[in-house]
Amino acid sequence: MIQSFFNPEIIVASWPIVRAGLLNTVLLSLLVVPLGLVGGLMLALLASVKHPVVRWPLMAWVDFFRAFPPLVLLILLFAGLPFAGLELGGFVCVAIAFFLNTGAYYGEILRAGIDSVPAGQIEAARSTGLSRLQAIAYVVLPQAVRNVLPDLLSNTLEVVKLTSLGSVVAVPELLYQARQAQSLTYNPTPLVVAAIVYFLMLWPVVRLLSRLENRALAGR
Amino acid sequence: MNRPIVDARGLHKHFGSLHVLKGVDLTVAERELVFVIGPSGSGKSTLLRCLNRLEEPSSGSVVVDGIDMLDPRTDINHARQRIGMVFQSFNLYPHMTALGNVTLALRKVAGKSRAQAEALGRAALERVGLADRAGHTPGQLSGGQQQRVAIARSIALEPRVMLFDEPTSALDPELVGSVLEVMRSLRESGMTMIVVSHEMGFARNAADRVVFMDEGAIVEAGPPAAIFESPAHERTRTFIGQIQRH
Repeated sequence: MIQSFFNPEIIVASWPIVRAGLLNTVLLSLLVVPLGLVGGLMLALLASVKHPVVRWPLMAWVDFFRAFPPLVLLILLFAGLPFAGLELGGFVCVAIAFFLNTGAYYGEILRAGIDSVPAGQIEAARSTGLSRLQAIAYVVLPQAVRNVLPDLLSNTLEVVKLTSLGSVVAVPELLYQARQAQSLTYNPTPLVVAAIVYFLMLWPVVRLLSRLENRALAGR
Repeated sequence: MNRPIVDARGLHKHFGSLHVLKGVDLTVAERELVFVIGPSGSGKSTLLRCLNRLEEPSSGSVVVDGIDMLDPRTDINHARQRIGMVFQSFNLYPHMTALGNVTLALRKVAGKSRAQAEALGRAALERVGLADRAGHTPGQLSGGQQQRVAIARSIALEPRVMLFDEPTSALDPELVGSVLEVMRSLRESGMTMIVVSHEMGFARNAADRVVFMDEGAIVEAGPPAAIFESPAHERTRTFIGQIQRH
């Protein structure tokens, strides 16, 4: 058991490979989380336009990318687009797929947050001469984000976990590197190490989330 | 009569099939305090909100301080700085301090530096008697204090006219006095004010003119004594009888 799952020599030998993967997972997360947030913010702001010309395509867009499995989307971009003469690297494909997929999720969360801010807030801001955009930026968004912080954080947790999908298109993130190490050593220990690293990295976020959710419940 | 600051003519407002304003004319002179009374649903709040274009009138004209509010070429954000508005539910920004509430538009719209805005903001809070609450958030203030901060937020921009939309209706009775006190001192400083409210005592001794609205139209208008003691219309008499029984 210990020899195949917690082999100390293999832990030591494979650590540089796994560590490189961890670094890439962190960098990838630092790229795709802001990307998804920016995409989500654009969708949420568009959602405040009630005109049918904006509304229906927006709804279709959000529904589509929420229903579409991100792994399928990623493989389609990576393995499908070359047939259309467009060869994007694995990294770029991950960035695009996450922008589309997690943007739709962040968009729905932020939209709910914006809807939770009473209309009187915008009216008060506009009555003092703030433009619509200023009212949203200074008055609505800070309250909206605070109201949906647990949901935003929870989605971010999902996004970081989903970066492991990058392994499918040869992005050398944590899971991919661990599998490399596994095939080099003929031993699953690196996979166990990766699992522990994921857990140690995300557990504090889970704890923080629980505390936020409890506080939100208590504040109700 | 001084020159008019607010000149609204032939205002109509439809909400779908609902005809809320049916041709309202309202002219308010400089330094005048006009009280608008009427049953709920009579269109008084809508009238007020049409004056600063929070509500888009379906037809008619609104000129405030010489600016045509409904002209598409009018910079509405600039024009709105001249028209303060105080809401029934205060609508303070809960994520900012009292001073933050008062200085936001000074900085972002009036283009003041942070230091200038804070000096003006503190002066405005001083005028409503809340200089010592500058660092408090709305959640830490009583309803009366919140409404006074909201008034400070408006007067900090030095408006030419102030609109009050039922400013004391959401307040506990013991907190109403402090807000009316601030309104009275504003009045003494010469502010032009249009007030939608049921504070009849205040109307009686502070208003220059009382306007009675019903079903989207102005029924009659006149000095408070005339409207309260000897209204010309039956509907006015009924309404005044009803609110005075309370």
